[in-house]
Amino acid sequence: MMETEKELGDDGDKNGGGNNNGGPAVRVKALRKSFGQQTVLDGVDLEVKRGETVTVLGRSGTGKSVLLKLIIGLQKPDAGSIEVRGEEVTNLPLDRLNEIRKKVGFLFQHAALYDSLTVEENVAFPLRRHTEMADDERKDRVRELLQRVGMEKDLEKLPADISGGMKKRVGLARALALDPEIILLDEPTAGLDPITAREIIELIAGMQQERQVSALLVTHDMRSVEALADRVALLDAGNIKAEGTLEEVRKSDDPFVSEFLQESF
Amino acid sequence: MTAKDVVPGAKTLFLPVCEWFGELGVFCGRLVRAAVTPPYEGRELLRQMDEIGTKSLPLVALAGAAIGVVLSLHTRDSLIRFGARSLLPTLIILSVIKESGPIITALVVSGRVGAGIGAELGSMKVTEQIDAIEASAVNPIKFLAATRVLACVLMLPLLTIVADFCGIMMGWVANRLVEPMSFKYYIKEGFELVEFSDLLPATLKALVFGLLIGLVGCFQGMRTKGGTEGVGRSATSAVVISSLFVILADVVLVRLIILLFQKQ
Repeated sequence: MMETEKELGDDGDKNGGGNNNGGPAVRVKALRKSFGQQTVLDGVDLEVKRGETVTVLGRSGTGKSVLLKLIIGLQKPDAGSIEVRGEEVTNLPLDRLNEIRKKVGFLFQHAALYDSLTVEENVAFPLRRHTEMADDERKDRVRELLQRVGMEKDLEKLPADISGGMKKRVGLARALALDPEIILLDEPTAGLDPITAREIIELIAGMQQERQVSALLVTHDMRSVEALADRVALLDAGNIKAEGTLEEVRKSDDPFVSEFLQESF
Repeated sequence: MTAKDVVPGAKTLFLPVCEWFGELGVFCGRLVRAAVTPPYEGRELLRQMDEIGTKSLPLVALAGAAIGVVLSLHTRDSLIRFGARSLLPTLIILSVIKESGPIITALVVSGRVGAGIGAELGSMKVTEQIDAIEASAVNPIKFLAATRVLACVLMLPLLTIVADFCGIMMGWVANRLVEPMSFKYYIKEGFELVEFSDLLPATLKALVFGLLIGLVGCFQGMRTKGGTEGVGRSATSAVVISSLFVILADVVLVRLIILLFQKQ
């Protein structure tokens, strides 16, 4: 089903490296980003190994979402290095960067569904653009994806006609459409009721078990962390204050880390 | 007032304007590169042509018709004073084709489409939909802006023809209500002095107006900042700037047309 995409990716690898021979899925080194006078990231180092889920925690406005946008190339860093699948992405030409973007799924905080397109068209969008699937094949793939997130009955609805939780589900289906190797999740449970949040967590956990994707998850929701994270990184004042498994981070002596985790639980 | 007082004021006014034009120049460069590089967005272009062209049709037809009526009423009175009533069909048809049709179409489309593009792209920008398109490895300038600009360029001349047709027809209707004049006579007299060199510049003018409306709408929309308030600002500024550019471009184009197309 995804031959075209795989061919594209393989071809891209031949042309521009990024073969990721057992190296990390994402590696960030000494990353700096400022907006005007405000320094958001001030020398961040982070690594996501293949098949691993890393959760980035931190107070609001500490640059967690900015970190994800820098990794996917939506923003340019002021300094530092970002490797995705073994390839430095900070100065890549657009066509090469797009080849890498096809391997990375991104779930936006508010889902960012295209509001002029139906649920079905939203999920079909990347498939229509980057594969040469026949119409029937593409429809089957979209239905399969929407079935996985429990949205198969709402194909014809517009984003304005569905709830926040449903939007997140559709956003997740869209992020997974091209069978990405890496998935970036920006607060997938934010603003959702506890039951919908649990359903979204279960969905992500199920997909990770099934497909062994590498994931970088930004969240404030400790249930997501407990259910999904292999490792946790706590971001504060532009730096990673603590990093390790949840248990290791819990044992940290840093007063901010202790206070943050205490308040979170 | 000293020079020291003037310079800071000039800086606060002059620098943002220079910055705006600089950013517009960069945007144009990216747009042209995106538009000429395959794959082409044929499907989205057709959708935008329908959105911009078909849906503006009733408004443009109505505006054209109104201009025809107004021209007929005004010029009839003036021509009678100068004893040149027989020139009425020629004057209406030439005025509509050469100036009123293109400019009224451009201003109507600027209000409807310019605001629409500014608001739509602005809303997409603040809700991260443009980021989502980019994250899906699709160039948003090619997919969103190039298609809209090209659709405006292609549809403006066609909409101008509709406005011209309605203006000419309603010019006759308005005149017919006051004095007996056959449609055949009106058309024959009216088009007697119209030449190809009158039609071509008007079409070229419409193309330029379409380019300006599409370009300004997309540019203002895609640089939206600041939530829903920003979307409102983008929609308003898209209409104001594109209307202003259309009027200024008209002045320049009329001069150019006289230089290039007028018989010596």
